[in-house]
Amino acid sequence: MLYSRSSLHTAFSIREKFFYLDYTLLFSILLLGIISIFAQFSSSGGEFDYFSKSHAIRFCLFFILFLVVSFVNIRFWNDYSLLIFIFLISLLIIVKFFGIQSQGSTRWINLFVFNLQPSELMKVGIILFLSNYYHKISSGDVNKFRYLLYPAIAMLVPFMLVLTQPDLGTAILITISGIVVTWLAGVRWKIFAYLTGLSVVLAPIGISFLKPYQKSRILTFLNPDSDPLGAGYQIIQSKIAIGSGGLFGKGFLNGSQAYLNFLPEKHTDFIFTLYSEEFGFFGSALMVFLYFLITYRIIRIGTVTRSIFGKLYCYGFSTAFFIYVAVNMSMVLGLLPIVGAPLPILSYGGSSMLAMMFGLGIVMSCNVYKNNAIG
Amino acid sequence: MLSFNSSNIISKTKTISRRMFLLSSIKAVVLIGIFARLASLQINESTKYRSLADKNRFRETKIAPPRGIIKDYFGNKIASNNKIYQLHIVPDNTPDIDVLFVRLKSIINLSNKKIFLLKKKIARKKNWDTTVISDNLTWSEFSRINLFLHELQGAQPVVSVARHYHDNTSAHAVGYVSEISQRDLRTKKYLKDLNIEGVAIGKTGLESTLDEEMLGSPGYLRYEVNAYGKKVKQVATDVGVKGKTFRTTLDQNIQQVSTEALQNVSGAVCVMDIYNGDIISMVSSPNFNPNSFVHGVGKDEWKQLTENLKKPMLNKAVSGLYPPGSTIKTLTALSALENGIVNPNLLIQCKGYIDLHGERFHCWKKKGHGVLSMRSAIKKSCDVYFYEVSRRLGIDRLAITAKKFGLGQKVLTTFKEEKAGTVPNTKWKKNQIGKNWYIGETLHSGIGQGYFLSTPIQLCLMTAQLANGGFKIKPTMLVNDNNETNNLQNYLDYRKEFPNDPSTIDQQMSNFNIEPLFRNQENINFVKDAMFASSNEPGGTSYGSRHNNKKFMFAGKTGSSQIKRFTAEQREAETKQIEIDYLERDHAWFVAFAPVEDPKYAISVLVEHGGSGSSAAAPIAKKVIKKVIERHKIRTAQANQQIGQDT
Repeated sequence: MLYSRSSLHTAFSIREKFFYLDYTLLFSILLLGIISIFAQFSSSGGEFDYFSKSHAIRFCLFFILFLVVSFVNIRFWNDYSLLIFIFLISLLIIVKFFGIQSQGSTRWINLFVFNLQPSELMKVGIILFLSNYYHKISSGDVNKFRYLLYPAIAMLVPFMLVLTQPDLGTAILITISGIVVTWLAGVRWKIFAYLTGLSVVLAPIGISFLKPYQKSRILTFLNPDSDPLGAGYQIIQSKIAIGSGGLFGKGFLNGSQAYLNFLPEKHTDFIFTLYSEEFGFFGSALMVFLYFLITYRIIRIGTVTRSIFGKLYCYGFSTAFFIYVAVNMSMVLGLLPIVGAPLPILSYGGSSMLAMMFGLGIVMSCNVYKNNAIG
Repeated sequence: MLSFNSSNIISKTKTISRRMFLLSSIKAVVLIGIFARLASLQINESTKYRSLADKNRFRETKIAPPRGIIKDYFGNKIASNNKIYQLHIVPDNTPDIDVLFVRLKSIINLSNKKIFLLKKKIARKKNWDTTVISDNLTWSEFSRINLFLHELQGAQPVVSVARHYHDNTSAHAVGYVSEISQRDLRTKKYLKDLNIEGVAIGKTGLESTLDEEMLGSPGYLRYEVNAYGKKVKQVATDVGVKGKTFRTTLDQNIQQVSTEALQNVSGAVCVMDIYNGDIISMVSSPNFNPNSFVHGVGKDEWKQLTENLKKPMLNKAVSGLYPPGSTIKTLTALSALENGIVNPNLLIQCKGYIDLHGERFHCWKKKGHGVLSMRSAIKKSCDVYFYEVSRRLGIDRLAITAKKFGLGQKVLTTFKEEKAGTVPNTKWKKNQIGKNWYIGETLHSGIGQGYFLSTPIQLCLMTAQLANGGFKIKPTMLVNDNNETNNLQNYLDYRKEFPNDPSTIDQQMSNFNIEPLFRNQENINFVKDAMFASSNEPGGTSYGSRHNNKKFMFAGKTGSSQIKRFTAEQREAETKQIEIDYLERDHAWFVAFAPVEDPKYAISVLVEHGGSGSSAAAPIAKKVIKKVIERHKIRTAQANQQIGQDT
């Protein structure tokens, strides 16, 4: 598998770049975005209020960003991964000192136009950094202790910074993304087995540090009917809303459960519930299929792209993307405890959407420059 | 290099692909799991959840939080809350809305027209939204509804709270609450999240300005219902957060006296503490009953209020604009002295008129005042003297002084309806009217006519700032919770204690961070002395309304602002104000400070179409000042007690 000289120096014109886009992925994202605007509109009680309006504007802006990112040479993203990662770490540190506090946790930086949540961006940043790291080192070094140390630190620092915000859900999701990449890169099973063993031992100690509301969430998940008014309320109401949607749903803007305010956080974590109630099983199945399609296309791009960086990034990102979707859906379907994880693109939230669209942009860049070898 | 790389890449790619395959398989399993769960919820168990949703076991009603209370300086309630009984309905919970209305009609007082309007209102809303059928039921109606509740599915008797105003005297200052209008929803952002039926919001005065803080945040009542929508048990309550209580600087006793003094006339009274700017009284007459608005004002009453010539709904103290008339002469004199244009000994002869560029300017006294100094010109309020002074002074210098003393701008921050008024100058006329300034207009402005417009609160502030020796104060109607120290008071105390401090007065003032409005305090003292003469020396314009008791003695300045100029015939016939049409009579003004020995309070009185200041406005001020001075000791005691509590 030798590369021809020409493929090392690919410079495309804009027209060629458009030609190399993966249109299945692009239109899936676009369709999802359009559905998300309708869902937010419905969530706002059928009017263009602050939430639905800013969601629509954000999607349009970030979709453009997505295209711009795709047209930047994949080599650029590889070269700047470390810098981006360091930048995100410094943002997380800034949050510690100058962050905006809301509902007991400090997660945001006030950028005046909007509030940025760096921990959301970190979900992509860690994949970018680790892909670049394993791209650089030789396959023989992967399991050497010295080379295991950097990724461990790279995962632990953001984990601690986000955990102390406090935001357990995001901290875990960031770490899982990192673990996925290290595992894909070939780190031995044994090491993961040790780590799992260690965390089982440490879990009781960790639980004692949990906030009371986090403990109650876990307990409620195990038995929601034990506390139907407090934490269990959300799970029960979500199940009722989805279940009552039936095969065809209650119709756009007609989901009574969501309007009656039985649904908490209907703009963010529970947006799928609202959508599912209004569009029923077929609508939900379409949505699940769309997410599946996006995940599949990302994996495919990872397969056709030649560079290790591209492969690791695409596989890592597709897995992370899939996990976010799976966690959110399982949560609203009552399969997991309520952890506070947004559904990519569909949920309201600028930073989360920025991270996802930026991440997808790099995937697309992998496709456009799939024959490009990186040094 | 390249070959090493490629073998490296090949081995890496192999591992990655192998592991990715494994990962994809896991993903597929998870996906199938989610899919299966969706299918089980939405296909298999759909009927179960649908029935659960229809009769969602939990219902939630929002509870209106009690509105914050408004108190006077002494803690007496001006506006508080009463318990009321309401009837709400939720169409979703009722099998047949028409039947429900028929049944309700036999229990409570509901006209067919009202039912028609209510049905229209219900049709506009979603089926699960609450609609208020009646927001002020009597106790007997309320108990009857509770008795027949089993027949009234969907009806909901609710015990709530509503605004109650203890009297009408502060109707303008405090304002009133009424039901939320569509316009309120558009313009007031904070109402967006409130979303409770039957809550009234502030429309005017303090109620409007402090609305957001006084509303509090709503609580909720979550309860379980059975399949028929009947409440089975209450499962959670959150009473919400009570609105913030505000203590005002008003004194209800003085409000009462001011209101009585203004009885039968249209006008306003403002009383202010001259050192800290506390507004002790603000009354506009005639007033209205703010309680009428709480549950929606009746059509007839509304018509009566809006069509009344005396404009009861207008807070004349802050939104009534009138030319200041002769009260401005205090500032004309001060401005001329401060700018060194004239000295107080300047003698001018008043023949009853002067001629300027072919136009004749009349004094209010037809025969003229004879030869006058400035002091007696203020005392007797001679127009001719001030025509001459303002001619020499010029409008622009007068405007600077007038603005410095608070005219032409809003005095308070607590009234959205407050007007700024006008202080004209040459530039203003050029911008607003597009014409050049005429010297004749300077003459009219010098005696407070023409383009000059001011509110009673502005003239009260002007008088207060003259009375306190010429220092800027910031008027307020709310008691300062932070207990900020009053710099002006500190400075004056210091002067009393160390009268021989060698540092210059300017230095001392900057040490205390206070802002003087004068160049030479002698000029302020001169004006104050002339006002004393006007009220307490024979021949003064308000001599007739003086207090002989030194304790209550005040110094003031009368004024009357022309609505329409007298014709030559009227002037010749010496027509009395009472003989002309009500709406063409002059507005009467009186401003004063008291007590003369050691001034503490300033007052302004306006009587719309009252005629002359000395006959219509000064007697009102006399009554109010007496009460204010009588209450002074109690007020100081309250203030000291407050400080004692805080420290």
